[in-house]
Amino acid sequence: MKTTKYLFSGFGGQGILFSGKFLAYKGLTEDKNVSWLPSYGPEMRGGTASCSVIISDESIGSPIIDKTDVLVAMNLPSLDKFEGTVKAGGTIILDSTLIERKVERTDVNVIYLPATRLASENNCPTLANMIIVGKLLKVTGEYDDATIDATLKKVISAKHADMLDVNKKAMEIGANYGD
Amino acid sequence: MANKVLMKGNEAIAEAAIKAGCMHYFGYPITPQTEIAAYMAKRMPKIGGTFLQAESEIAAINMVYGVSAAGYRVMTSSSSPGISLKSEGISYLAGADLPAVIINVQRGGPGLGGIQPSQSDYFQATKGGGHGDFHLIVLAPGSVQEMASLTVKGFELADKYRMPAMILADGTMGQMMEPVELDFDVAPAPEKPWATNGTKMQRKHNIVNSLSLIPEELEKFNFKRFERYKLVEENEAMYEEYKTEDADILVTAYGIASRVTKNAVDEARKKGIKVGLIRPITVWPFPKKPFEKMAEKVKHIVCVELSMGQMIEDVKLAVSCKVPVTLCNRAGGMIPSTEQILAEIEKYAKGE
Repeated sequence: MKTTKYLFSGFGGQGILFSGKFLAYKGLTEDKNVSWLPSYGPEMRGGTASCSVIISDESIGSPIIDKTDVLVAMNLPSLDKFEGTVKAGGTIILDSTLIERKVERTDVNVIYLPATRLASENNCPTLANMIIVGKLLKVTGEYDDATIDATLKKVISAKHADMLDVNKKAMEIGANYGD
Repeated sequence: MANKVLMKGNEAIAEAAIKAGCMHYFGYPITPQTEIAAYMAKRMPKIGGTFLQAESEIAAINMVYGVSAAGYRVMTSSSSPGISLKSEGISYLAGADLPAVIINVQRGGPGLGGIQPSQSDYFQATKGGGHGDFHLIVLAPGSVQEMASLTVKGFELADKYRMPAMILADGTMGQMMEPVELDFDVAPAPEKPWATNGTKMQRKHNIVNSLSLIPEELEKFNFKRFERYKLVEENEAMYEEYKTEDADILVTAYGIASRVTKNAVDEARKKGIKVGLIRPITVWPFPKKPFEKMAEKVKHIVCVELSMGQMIEDVKLAVSCKVPVTLCNRAGGMIPSTEQILAEIEKYAKGE
């Protein structure tokens, strides 16, 4: 029985809620129990945005996360705020283009991914979030083309079908970075 | 699982209402329930229904009164301050014996308060929320699935007993997404011979009204209405028991508080503490029976709420003060942590 708790955080507009939604839909595709809880309100309106995603083989109690397994931080305020919430042995993936400092914790796995730079170099400036998701799935051993394709089709509406390939490409960039 | 979709609690309410045959929605935006109005704005025109953003909450609830009087399933939604504005209309609905569904996605109060989740409208929902002797059927969902299923149930019960039903949710339940299945067997609306839907020159005029100036008659209406309330209390109380069989400590919570409490119960069980949870699903009628039963077995009851302690009064009444009942709470938009609840359970397990 496995339960994984993810926290996505960054500025409003970076696609934080979407990345979380992708992961939740991926869990649904795989017949897992999932919950997705966004921050809402003043912090969303121009400040930091975050969302908590839980994916579990068991039924999920609280959708609120006390201790995080995987933290995605896409700006400095998010890292400052949430670094302490990560479990010992957990993982932090951060956008090293936007966050200049190093992680202070020594008991967690840290991945420094220049996602925003990679996004603009690869002509997909709005998809730094999905570059990070690609990397996240790679490091957790969950990068699977068929599941990703099925999930993208669920999370991207038919109206925006032209975005499917570019999202997939962004995830590949993230997954392959540093290899 | 194939039929499950991922939806916000607010959206699940809106879709479930449509599935329940509600073709008319009147609302006014307020965080954290605006997705209900947004969803209705998108869907209703496509299925030939009504979405109307009224000029105020007061206008919206009175439109609900009108549509219900005409015999149709109808809904409005708001959050705490907006529900206060609707209170006059809710009392009128109750006084005119009209079915309707009212959604309250609670936020912190009093006053304009904040926009984060809260359960501080429990008194308002269960003890009146308007003037006069009346009750609402109050359903308290504990998951996105229940946001949907209890909305359907709300329409059915409202019609069955000719009274308004309220879904008492909170900001977390409204905003969170979980997989939800939306295939429901919906009981069709019963015949409504009282509806003001035109005489077709074949019957006497129906009048839907809450004004009754003759006290002897008004008293009769009140007694009759409370006979119906008694039936609701006897037949419609709903609750969930979790790990209560061998429990010597009981926790109780509804809605989002029950979700966090469930985690705390699991943690406490890992430590060998015999603790169980009763989760009221209806908070009016309050499910007294499981509490009466547990009062004979447990040494302490902890009531977990996102308020300064409102449901705790009903818990104390239900156990006739046979067992000490204490509060574990956060307020103003804060949510208790698993640790806070666990610490409280441990305290009483040690017999402090």
